[in-house]
Amino acid sequence: MRRKDRGEAATAWMMSLPAILGLGLFVVLPLVMGFYWSLTDKRLISSNPTQFVGLRNYRHLIGLRVITLQAERTETGVQRRDADGSAIFPPLRPILRSDDSFLGYRELTTVTVFDRRYVVVSRDPTFYRALWNTTKFVLVIVPFQGGLALLLALLVNQRLRFINFFRAAYFSPVVTSMAVIAIVWTFLYNPEFGLINAILNAITFGLTGQIDWLIDPQTALLAIIILSAWQAAGFQMVIFLAGLQQIPDVLYEASRIDGANLLQQFRYVTWPQLRNTTIFVVVATTILAFRLFTQVDVMTKGGPLESTVTVVYHAVDQGFRQQRIGYASAITMVFFVIVISIALTQRAFLRSEREVD
Amino acid sequence: MMRPSRRSRLVRRVAFRALDYALLLLLAGFFLFPIVFMIVSSFKPEKVIFDDLKTIVWAFIPRDVTTDNYLRVFERVPFWRYLFSSSFVTATTVTLGLFVNSMIAYALSRLRWRGRQFVLSVVISLIIIPLEAIAVPLLMIVNGLPWFGGATTWLDSYQVQIVPFIAEAFSIYLFYQFFIGIPKDFDEAALIDGASRFQIYLRIIVPLSRPVFATVAILQALMLWSSYLWPLMVTRSQTVRPLTIGITAFYVLDIRWGQILAFASMVTIPVLVLFIVFQRWFIRSVAASGVKG
Repeated sequence: MRRKDRGEAATAWMMSLPAILGLGLFVVLPLVMGFYWSLTDKRLISSNPTQFVGLRNYRHLIGLRVITLQAERTETGVQRRDADGSAIFPPLRPILRSDDSFLGYRELTTVTVFDRRYVVVSRDPTFYRALWNTTKFVLVIVPFQGGLALLLALLVNQRLRFINFFRAAYFSPVVTSMAVIAIVWTFLYNPEFGLINAILNAITFGLTGQIDWLIDPQTALLAIIILSAWQAAGFQMVIFLAGLQQIPDVLYEASRIDGANLLQQFRYVTWPQLRNTTIFVVVATTILAFRLFTQVDVMTKGGPLESTVTVVYHAVDQGFRQQRIGYASAITMVFFVIVISIALTQRAFLRSEREVD
Repeated sequence: MMRPSRRSRLVRRVAFRALDYALLLLLAGFFLFPIVFMIVSSFKPEKVIFDDLKTIVWAFIPRDVTTDNYLRVFERVPFWRYLFSSSFVTATTVTLGLFVNSMIAYALSRLRWRGRQFVLSVVISLIIIPLEAIAVPLLMIVNGLPWFGGATTWLDSYQVQIVPFIAEAFSIYLFYQFFIGIPKDFDEAALIDGASRFQIYLRIIVPLSRPVFATVAILQALMLWSSYLWPLMVTRSQTVRPLTIGITAFYVLDIRWGQILAFASMVTIPVLVLFIVFQRWFIRSVAASGVKG
């Protein structure tokens, strides 16, 4: 009997070995090495030996300093104002130059309160812009794409003729490759002869005019959001659909007997019953959205004016294009912590659900 | 309160249904227009594409049909080579992955061994780690790996696009979920007949689990076929580059939209056809990826 157990264990290990080796070498090891390299000045190809630098990469990445500027006054103490009547502040540059500890710092953002101006400076303003852009992207696309997917699922869950056609139509963007379809969308977004401006103008009788989509820092991220939602909504539609089909018919029948209309049925039956599906979709979309890279790399390269640079784009740019493995590993670690926190939040949500039951 | 007459109820029903279909059609237009436009325009001469864009309607109607764009694509870039690379990498990784991931899932779900619980919890915790979080250090690691024939780096090769993605935590989890649902009686009967544990896996579990094999294969193939970040980082030469990188090179040098749309159509149409033929399986696979908790 014991010999048989040992045989079973040996078989188990043999069968697990290829996967354990693969995951160990290509997932766990990069994670561990990534953390280690984030504490060094490692480069992809370098003649100098790699040096341990402690938290320098993280300080460089995250470190912020605030410089307070006092509005300029004349000798009599009256505030000087420009033609528009706003206060005039001394330039930032000489201050950054005068102090060696400000070496490498650049302006990130400014806040002006009456006669004071607070300038936030960072050694890597691109990182903060990337973090902000990625957050904006997530905050917009999660409700937009999730809502769209739920609407699609409710529509194709009806027993109607041709419904299979519609379901296939909504799903078909999912099977396209993002790198390829993003190029097609670049054409659609062209301000002069792009199809999207043409259609918008036809619908609104020329009200929208020429939108500069990917060229305008105000709209570039929005353009990427629309493309991303278009490509992925079908995927989540199917997940919502699976959730909808698990709701027992008796619940709908009972609510109908109680005289509930369609809207009330959705509010009191569908929505609460879909709770776990919704949590899953929200978390999956959030993590997926934080990974935003392909569309940006193909369509805008982070521009214009860094308005579409994302965390992953910045990491790849630093690690692969600039070959700064150590620094890019630090960015990667920050990204990793964000993803982990989102996943843990989901777990907390699901647990509280179970406790209620 | 007056009950609405039968007739007005009928009118309301018809109106509701019409509205329903209008919405369905509008959304179908939104999701299909880029694909239809891409395919239709790829068969038009460059000048006609731009002319037709002015009228919108004509942008979706084929005319002056020509295969010039396609022929020019074949002249300008090694399209068939890209296609081979993409297909080879996808097919090999998926096939090897099905074996490797289902084997460990079998050991985790149906065999008793010390370390089982530990391995299982590590695998599950690895599910959420996206490639983007490890791409940079992974690049560094594969850069220094040896390969048969004396090579000292994996960069710019097929194996660098295949080997790291064979073992995949989420695939293991999907297999695991399916395998624990199969009654143990099957194994016990086979054991009494003198079958080994490995034979049980091969002869009983695998044939019973075709749906989950299809699910994993489809999800993995979709992901690998459209992978961009990794091949961008690790491939340099035309011989190993996949379609997704091939087209971007095309997009940078001398932009000809007709040809780009032809290239994009050739990448999209085969997958689209597969999807239409195996629609039920695609939908089922995606649905299965959502039942996590």
